[in-house]
Amino acid sequence: MKIDFQHLQSAHCESGVTSSLLRQSSFSKITEPLAFGIGAGLFFAYVPLIKINNGPAITFRTFPGLIFKRTCDALGIPVVRKKFSSTEQAEVFLLKCLEEGTPVGCQVGVYYLSYFPKEYRFHFNAHNLIVYGKEDDNYLISDPVMENATKLTSYELQRVRFAKGALAPKGQIYYPKNQGEITGEQIKKAIVKGIKRNVSTMLHTPGWFAGVKGIKHTGLKIKKWRDKLGLEKAGLYLAQLVRMQEEIGTGGGGFRYIYAAFLQEAYAYIKRDELIEISTIFTQAGDLWRTSAVQAAGIYKGRLGSQDDFNIMGDYLMEIAELEKAAFKALSKVKWHQ
Amino acid sequence: MKKENVPQDMSSLGKITKEVQYATDGSGKYVKELSSGWNVKINALDVAWKDIEARVAGARQQVLAGAASPLLFFMEYRLMDIGILADYTGFWKWQIKRHLKPEIFNKLSENKLKKYADTFNVSVEDLKTMTIHED
Repeated sequence: MKIDFQHLQSAHCESGVTSSLLRQSSFSKITEPLAFGIGAGLFFAYVPLIKINNGPAITFRTFPGLIFKRTCDALGIPVVRKKFSSTEQAEVFLLKCLEEGTPVGCQVGVYYLSYFPKEYRFHFNAHNLIVYGKEDDNYLISDPVMENATKLTSYELQRVRFAKGALAPKGQIYYPKNQGEITGEQIKKAIVKGIKRNVSTMLHTPGWFAGVKGIKHTGLKIKKWRDKLGLEKAGLYLAQLVRMQEEIGTGGGGFRYIYAAFLQEAYAYIKRDELIEISTIFTQAGDLWRTSAVQAAGIYKGRLGSQDDFNIMGDYLMEIAELEKAAFKALSKVKWHQ
Repeated sequence: MKKENVPQDMSSLGKITKEVQYATDGSGKYVKELSSGWNVKINALDVAWKDIEARVAGARQQVLAGAASPLLFFMEYRLMDIGILADYTGFWKWQIKRHLKPEIFNKLSENKLKKYADTFNVSVEDLKTMTIHED
């Protein structure tokens, strides 16, 4: 059983899955950057109280599951989403979808994901992939971050669908309900909605730990890490920051480049010159995130380590916070209806 | 980032798949560009794994010194905390905390040991002796 489905590689798993699942009804118009931007995917949060792999929880994107949900919501497309308490029911439902010819998105854990290299296999449960068929005991898998389509045995797929720990997927399956063609007008409205939503999450999320305020405060904290944590632990924390920012799935520069690409694509639908100008600010922000990563690497490789080096690192984040604040403020002032 | 500046350092992932980066072409337009890795993040991942190796080695010493049960060693080896282990085995966190004490671990039933061994993907014998087979 194999659904006519074309694997498409993306930078980020969830926006890639969203784009792929909407490909048929949108005639490929919902690209990955559009899905990411309409889904208001850009974010920042630093939560020192939650520890991931013995380091602080840092994220550059919105909460898992929201990009698909918001994108479909903004486009007015109903979504089917199911979780399961039993592995048997989860497989029965999956097979039913495949028999009906529906490729489906699955949330999975990566620790047991056999085609990932060992070095990348942590207990991270918010990865996303598409199942689009079954041959013998093998499920046909389109994992958006991989160059090619791949396969998992039914046991392997069950194991990753029922990975345990934080954000346990519980066999979660999701797909957009069948609907007619997505029109340019729908996309236009969805873009505006996505941008407004992202302005709100980046500028107005309450608390010091999230949005542009979160970036600024993390910069301030980093300056204190050397004294507070010691060089080794501070290096470990910075390495964690860089991995969340640059590792596979981010598109580089902590998702800022995907967002810059989104604004360029948005311009094709909504001819506001500001979109192109603001896109270049996000490119600058992405570049600066990468410059800061080079500084961080100097520290965790032991080449740098003075208080000055930590101050420079912290200042990069303060500068980025100002850039992104200016960018989102400018986005909040765009006149959409002229 | 410009397309031609997308780094192509070889990472452990790069041997299996290249990854998509978004970068600008000559006209400033964003395009997808494949990357085989970047030293800055290869080093970050190395730092994380060195820390894990040190934790595993430290846990082994603690077990050998009689300060913890082999569970501690396998938790570190499988990158699990008590919460994850509790979810996989069905034990309560407080039970696992007790089982981390060698004197209590040594009296565990075969049934309970089997649950742990299955979760760690080793035999009960290997669980007791901290034996690992590369998988």
